[in-house]
Amino acid sequence: MFAVFQYAFIQNAFLAGSLVAIMAGILGYFLVARGLTFAGHALSSIGFAGAAGAVLLGISPVYGLLVSTVGAALAISVLGREIRERDVAIGVIMTFALGLGILFLSLYRGYAEQAYSILFGTIVGISRIDVLVTAGLSLGILAILALVGRPLLFSSFDPVMAEARGLPVTFLGSLFLILVAVTVSIAMQVIGVLLVFALLVGPPATAIRLVHRPGSIIILSIGLGLVYTWLGILLAANSSWPVSFYITTLAFVVYLPVRLFSSHGKDGRNRLIRKPSSFFTPNFQEAVEEEKETNPAPSFPINEKHNV
Amino acid sequence: MDRQDPVILLEHVGVNLGGTPILEDVSLSIGQGEFVVILGPNGAGKTTLIKLLLGLIKPSAGSVRVLEDAPRCGRREIGYVPQRRAIDVEMALCGRDLVGFGLDGHRWGIGIPSRKRKEKIDSALRKVDALDLADAPVGQLSGGEQQRILIAQALISDPCLLLLDEPLANLDLAHQQEVVALVNKVCRERGVTVLLVSHDINPLLEFTDQVIYMANNHTAIGTPDEVITSDALSLLYGSAVEVVHAKGRYFVVGAET
Repeated sequence: MFAVFQYAFIQNAFLAGSLVAIMAGILGYFLVARGLTFAGHALSSIGFAGAAGAVLLGISPVYGLLVSTVGAALAISVLGREIRERDVAIGVIMTFALGLGILFLSLYRGYAEQAYSILFGTIVGISRIDVLVTAGLSLGILAILALVGRPLLFSSFDPVMAEARGLPVTFLGSLFLILVAVTVSIAMQVIGVLLVFALLVGPPATAIRLVHRPGSIIILSIGLGLVYTWLGILLAANSSWPVSFYITTLAFVVYLPVRLFSSHGKDGRNRLIRKPSSFFTPNFQEAVEEEKETNPAPSFPINEKHNV
Repeated sequence: MDRQDPVILLEHVGVNLGGTPILEDVSLSIGQGEFVVILGPNGAGKTTLIKLLLGLIKPSAGSVRVLEDAPRCGRREIGYVPQRRAIDVEMALCGRDLVGFGLDGHRWGIGIPSRKRKEKIDSALRKVDALDLADAPVGQLSGGEQQRILIAQALISDPCLLLLDEPLANLDLAHQQEVVALVNKVCRERGVTVLLVSHDINPLLEFTDQVIYMANNHTAIGTPDEVITSDALSLLYGSAVEVVHAKGRYFVVGAET
């Protein structure tokens, strides 16, 4: 099974795939935290139109991808917050982009393989140059993340406070989406534009259910992404099935049991039941004592590392 | 800063948002160490006033001075507890992380975890009596506990002015008392000036120095006894309002809430 490693193209796929898994694991976490996963999916669909258009024009699809995803990222971040989160608006734009991409592909008279690999990724088509470009872009993304990671985290969880503390919240939002756009572009090589979501959202969504500090979630998310990618490439190399199928299936197969069997729940917690305020009680002190009697303070194991 | 200088000074301030006047000709002065409550119905401009002081909104008329300086974002001397945001159960953040944001969340670059940083965070949590909640995911805590952690977040930069926007909303009785007692402690023991927006004066009555009552594009300022009277509020609202003072509590009848 591991004999496939002697082939240069498999090594390239592994290298590019590993870089993609790392970037997707980090940025995917922020997508989940900011509630922008659907926008992330839209970026990849719009990217598809750009990539197919580039192929039609005879240029490398990655450039078309970069231009259209970064453009879409800027457009999405400029739209007001409400529109950004409105699934319908994003869905309509996204399907239009997909339609355009289908048109471009149908007009294309060249190699069908190329069209296929844009949509679904490939393990055979990645060259050393591609790996180097991917590495360069990944390093760039990491450098920017090292600089803005902390304020980005703050503004993801509490944009109001972040702004009050003087952070440029809108700028950070735009910068973040551009980083996602670049990640989607490099991910295309391995998993194709249609299924980037699995690598971008699958690992962090799983990790969030298992650990609870941002640092740990990101590390676990990267780990899961790497495992899915490596296994996916290995399995695809030893069979005739597509690599993106394996990666998405692995992501699904791990996410489902974690989702079903880990609970975020407030199970076993004894919460104080909300009582109406003192306005309606003749005696304020009596009301407080009464409440203390009927609803003793909750006791729950918060000092243990409770996996919820 | 001289004890006599007001911490907050507004002179004939007006604020227009999207063409609608929210504040008109507001003048007020708040001294150091005062516990001030901002009251009024929804939409009266209470949050606008807070945002003005934080530099999030610019006045369209008049002058605003906060701690001897023009208001702007990012002033460490001002602590802010915004209206309670819905803390998602999904939010995988613990109390320690949240308070840490207040300390250095706004700084660029990767933060290196240090013992000194951990001690500062622990100390802030201890002061609000929330150290045992430090490692629990915040989404799992009760409203009162979350509020305590958010107050710790606001206090960690050792501010001399604390702004709280509806800190008691959606809290049950016992938790309201907790939060009020904590804020009062901070005010009296540390000399922090407190500006607190609330719907209901009653949980705060015994601690309040001044009331800013905003309604109907007008503002009335004074002690609770001066402002929360039938005459004063009727004037403010421009319609008949009755204030019933019974058993040490105020009940406002006839005004929208």
